Amino acid sequence: MIDTVPPAAIFIVGGLLVPLIHGKWKSAFLLLIPVVGFINLIHIPEGTHWVVRFLDYDLIFGKIDRLSLLFGYIFHLITFISLLYALHVKDDLQHVAGLIYAGSSLGVVFAGDLFSFFVFWEMLTVSSVMLIWSRRTRASVAAGYRYILVHAAGGLCLLAGIVLYVNQTGSIEFGYIGLNGLASYLIFFGFGLNCAWPILHPWLTDAYPEATITGVIFLSAFTTKTAVYALARAFPGTEALIWIGAIMTGFPIFYAVIENDLRRVLAYSLINQVGFMVCGIGIGTALAMNGAVAHAFNDILFKALLFMSMGAVMYRTGKINGTALGGLYRTMPLTCIFCMVGAASISAFPLFSGFVSKSMVMDAAAQGHMKIIWFILLFASAGVFHHAGIKIPFFAFFGHDSGMRPKEAPLNMLLAMGITAFLCIFIGSFPRPLYSLLPYPVDYVPYTAPHVLGQTQLLFFSALAFTLLLLSGIYPGEQRCVNLDADWFYRKGARLFYHIMDKVFNGLSRLLDRVFVGGLAGYLGRISRDGPTIAALLCMVPAWVISGTTGEKLARRKAIVRTAMRTGASPVGISAAMATVFLLIVFLLM
Amino acid sequence: MVTGGDMDMKEKTRGEKEYLFDKPKNVNILLGCFFSSLVVLLIFELFVHKHPHFPWEEWLEFYAVYGFVACVALVVAAKYILRPLVKRREDYYD
Repeated sequence: MIDTVPPAAIFIVGGLLVPLIHGKWKSAFLLLIPVVGFINLIHIPEGTHWVVRFLDYDLIFGKIDRLSLLFGYIFHLITFISLLYALHVKDDLQHVAGLIYAGSSLGVVFAGDLFSFFVFWEMLTVSSVMLIWSRRTRASVAAGYRYILVHAAGGLCLLAGIVLYVNQTGSIEFGYIGLNGLASYLIFFGFGLNCAWPILHPWLTDAYPEATITGVIFLSAFTTKTAVYALARAFPGTEALIWIGAIMTGFPIFYAVIENDLRRVLAYSLINQVGFMVCGIGIGTALAMNGAVAHAFNDILFKALLFMSMGAVMYRTGKINGTALGGLYRTMPLTCIFCMVGAASISAFPLFSGFVSKSMVMDAAAQGHMKIIWFILLFASAGVFHHAGIKIPFFAFFGHDSGMRPKEAPLNMLLAMGITAFLCIFIGSFPRPLYSLLPYPVDYVPYTAPHVLGQTQLLFFSALAFTLLLLSGIYPGEQRCVNLDADWFYRKGARLFYHIMDKVFNGLSRLLDRVFVGGLAGYLGRISRDGPTIAALLCMVPAWVISGTTGEKLARRKAIVRTAMRTGASPVGISAAMATVFLLIVFLLM
Repeated sequence: MVTGGDMDMKEKTRGEKEYLFDKPKNVNILLGCFFSSLVVLLIFELFVHKHPHFPWEEWLEFYAVYGFVACVALVVAAKYILRPLVKRREDYYD
């Protein structure tokens, strides 16, 4: 038995050490972190570990059970793959951010209390936004700010819910919550935002395609899957999730069909796949929960594979729009094959990983006699093949010839994609090892003749639809454009807010400027300049007139007084008289 | 699926190595395999014993028809309903 440490610590400390290591050792060090982490993880026995007393509460940094372990395994695995894929990157910020991001996800997954859960949850946002900003383009900076603002709002909502919840129950233990009362709804909503629920989703499709080539691999794996974990832990069997999940599987595929940026197509299909998980958690039976987490495991792999293949294309060509790509199979055959493995896996082809997990959720819906849900999920299954399974490989690697003949992807990228592709096929062909890790015992058999045939028919005939629509010219051509989504409300809404604030406050400011700076200040200035002269004349002129000074002489004396007052050269007597008059006025006014 | 673009490129890059799908023959072979596998799948169904959850799963070629219809509906809705509603110029938000 070796001494173990909280899994998050290895990643976070390791990440912070990365900038201190130079040269060829850096690559080895990066890859060593998830390996050491994994060895640490498999030596942690199930149970509760690392309990720290803080104020009057127990913070638990290691709640190890089958549910959290499964997420722990896949997070270690995908960190290794993502780091391998990113080995050529010289920007330390990305490595550090990626590792802290992965560490925070592990922190969330193994947190046994709501306090440490929340801290790691917020660290997810802060570290992940660096992977967007690291691209250092104007669009990525703007998208990063929107990303962090939306998550800050979600985080505040979650915090409010947690505070209320702890206040009500007196315990900060993180476990089953269930929907009852305001606190639980706020927590539910906070989870939902990170899970990219419909209408709350645009942070994902807005920001992920703007992230760096390697950063998006991390992004696609962690934020949404930790939210899936949180829902599985706190809200299993919540009926609202069935419908939310079903809508999530359905609506993004329409957007994916007309989207031009191929990484954005993948972002939409990410929501679509998370929908299957959310739906499974909502159904809440053992089969459905198993299906949901198994699909999370598989989705992390095949979605990363698809993002990696598109990243390799982007790395070599500098382009990612469907309109600019095409025909790359000629010189990037391996990337093309890996992409097709990812496409087959996400489409749930028999022998590929999606097949053995998605069908569990479908079967759970069928066993619960949920007809409409089942039809929506089946529609989404056909649709995902259409937009992710065919569209992505077709527009990037086949389709019209873009004329580009880029080199094959670098070796580290090919290795990362190769390992992932192997795992996709291995899990799809031999699902038993994955099934043995699931939270509940599995007696599900994916490979039955009617299931294999039904799924193959579904996919082949949607491929037929694609082929016929493409040949007939009905298939919507890729276009350079922006497609409005729910982020319109805050992107345009923020501008409206800005406009209103500009008009109201700057208007007020201009008004005050005119009154005080332009008018009042000048008036006071003139008073203070001319006041003493006028006062002196008021005192002197009656005296002169009484003493018989008139006409030109009076005018001359007046001029002398004006000059004397303006230059501060008035005789002492006049000044003294002025001071006396002033004091007299003050006395009278008092 | 040889498009006009493919032909143009071949003109421009004459002398370049010819790749797998540059030959229309290979594309046709691929399409031929694809269409025949569709027929094979339809025939297979006659020999498979089903144990469905829902009655419509027993209907002949349910999955094939559903897959085809769903995808056509998806594309038509996306192209003719969604795109006119949401499409804006690329610099819309700038």
